[in-house]
Amino acid sequence: MRVALFVACFNDVLFPRTGEAVASLLTRLGCEVSFTPEQTCCGQMHWSTGYQREAAGLARGFTEVFGPQDVVVTPAASCATTIRDAYPRIAEATADPGLAGAAARLTVYELTEFLVDVLGVTDVGAYFPHRVAYHPTCHSLRALRLGDRPLRLLRAVRGLELAELPAAEECCGFGGAFAMKNSDVSVAMVADKVRHIRQSSADVVCAVDNSCLAHIGGALSRLRGGVRAMHLAEILAATEASR
Amino acid sequence: MTSGPIPLPMPRVLGALGGTGPGEAARPRFATAAREALADTGQRRSLRESMAVLRGRREAATAEAADWEELREAGRAVRDRSLLSLDTHLETLEGAVTDAGGTVHWAADAAEARRIVVGLVRATGRSEVIEVRSPVTREIGLDRALAGAGVDVAETGAADLAVRLAGERPAHFLLPAVHRDPAEIRRTFLRRMPGAPSDLTDDPRELADAARAHLRRRLLSADVAVIGAAFAVAETGTLVMPEGDGGGRMCLTLPETLICVLGIEQVVPCWRDMEILLQLLPRSATGERMSPYVSTWTGVSAQDGPRDLHVVLLDNGRTAALADEVGRAALRCIGCAACLSVCPVYERTGGHAYAAGGSVLSGPIGAIWTPQTRGVRGAAEASLPFASTLCGACGDVCPVKIDIPGILVHLRGKVVQARRHRPVPPPEMAVMRALAWAMGDRRRYEPALRQGVRWARLLSRGGRIRRLPGLLGKWTEARDLPAPPRDPFRVRWRER
Repeated sequence: MRVALFVACFNDVLFPRTGEAVASLLTRLGCEVSFTPEQTCCGQMHWSTGYQREAAGLARGFTEVFGPQDVVVTPAASCATTIRDAYPRIAEATADPGLAGAAARLTVYELTEFLVDVLGVTDVGAYFPHRVAYHPTCHSLRALRLGDRPLRLLRAVRGLELAELPAAEECCGFGGAFAMKNSDVSVAMVADKVRHIRQSSADVVCAVDNSCLAHIGGALSRLRGGVRAMHLAEILAATEASR
Repeated sequence: MTSGPIPLPMPRVLGALGGTGPGEAARPRFATAAREALADTGQRRSLRESMAVLRGRREAATAEAADWEELREAGRAVRDRSLLSLDTHLETLEGAVTDAGGTVHWAADAAEARRIVVGLVRATGRSEVIEVRSPVTREIGLDRALAGAGVDVAETGAADLAVRLAGERPAHFLLPAVHRDPAEIRRTFLRRMPGAPSDLTDDPRELADAARAHLRRRLLSADVAVIGAAFAVAETGTLVMPEGDGGGRMCLTLPETLICVLGIEQVVPCWRDMEILLQLLPRSATGERMSPYVSTWTGVSAQDGPRDLHVVLLDNGRTAALADEVGRAALRCIGCAACLSVCPVYERTGGHAYAAGGSVLSGPIGAIWTPQTRGVRGAAEASLPFASTLCGACGDVCPVKIDIPGILVHLRGKVVQARRHRPVPPPEMAVMRALAWAMGDRRRYEPALRQGVRWARLLSRGGRIRRLPGLLGKWTEARDLPAPPRDPFRVRWRER
């Protein structure tokens, strides 16, 4: 199957290894992965901060770049939500029916949706001998409704011990601009998330969105927390051969 | 709405800084007020524990209703139908209230509502009233207006009493004392409540009983009552008040004059619709199958109950909100406060931070209601739509399916739009515009990316950035940022 990778700007610059992990995982599962260098940003940051006009420009750019692709896969759950849920709203807010039409023709999957629903696999042949906690990010949980897809994938990883994360479904406090505009509340929230992660005795905390992980990982790093934050794709890409 | 060991109950809300009252000082933004609230460790603990109890109760009460999702959908439909022909239903309500012997008054804003209520109280010749506080009586700043007119106001709820005696404002619009633990309430009662039993313990039930004994003396001699009901049924002109502690129930028969202040959106066309809402409300609010008391008033009767009944219908920005196709859904709210119990921001800040943002309603509903009805020109109001991580928990529990995260984003758009007209763009806007411009085309994006990576790597040490300049400095106050690798993904892909 031909798959176009939307890596997301955040991953492009800060977490290139996540993009590489998605590409190597999908290739291993028999997909033909392509990357269009014309891609930039989906517009999430602008839309959710109130910059509708700017978000509309970026959304139109996205539909132009990915319009010709049959299937788009992204490791960023919040970007997948933006494309699927927000683009019609952006089109309405900026009175752009062309954008609404172009957005409706896109087929965009978040990585775990693509693996479980389209490829129909949960055992991707991964090997990761660590104790791992899974943090369900808000967009993946309450917007994309990924349910237990990520957990099913993790349970099939050889060597992996899944740690129970208390209050897993509570937001980590990132929230994009919230982390800056309301940094005190944001920090109070991530302090509780970090406490729960440490209670779980995990070595690694993973999720399907590096933006939340940058927040959680940033707090863990500042506190010398001894727990690594890592995108789920990097766990699924790891094999006995690669280690 | 209702009782239980933790929350001392009743309909109500945030005090004197309710609204558009005279001499209103400039309010701090949400973030500033939140910082103070976060440092109140006692409040943090009380809120954390109470919200967990409320969440658990709500979850159990909604899980046992097999048709809960259908009920929510029906609730949404009932509220939308009502709002879409609000003018008709309000006329029907006015006719029915008048036919039943009551009088309807229309108030365009808080000031007019205060004038009407104060005038009605004065006309009775009495100087004492009892008040069943509600978000709407708070919104119009009624207590202060009555006190200014020389009227002595007594509340009917134990929690309201506790908050007033402590010289505080409510932290929650249904459960005003939810941020205080029983030991603190006991201390307040012993110090400030006349006739408090000296052997009072901090058992919540005992505290509620002591407050009730104190309040009842006043209640029994009351000739005038001011209440805020939850709904008004248009077809019969009936006021409906579900509640937990029976203060409103006492007002059924005791006072000669009853004055009810309602928002125009609280009208419900018919009893068939009430049936839906009275199932959704208690399960969502306190996790009960039904409210301990549901009191109703229809006009006046010669035998019993008030001889004089007034209904004050308040607009105060609601019509403006109704004109907004996206934001009008906020007016569906039935005041259950379920969005507060699941909100990770509210749980940590409590209601006072939202009050600083100019909001009578706190939590997610306050963050949309207030900017929607008051506009976003003021800095305090403009800060409220940003007081959320958009985590979506509120939208998932709302019994009338208000898309709170969607409306928050919509309002953020309004805030930004209002700032576009400033002669000098704020720094954030300049940055966001520059980013959008750079990201608008690969030929601008890639050089910008290279420059960004170069600068970020200069700021980093040991693979981590511990201090960022400017607007991003807020991030590194308490969090590191990983240093970007030398090559972004696109370069690695090309060179693989």
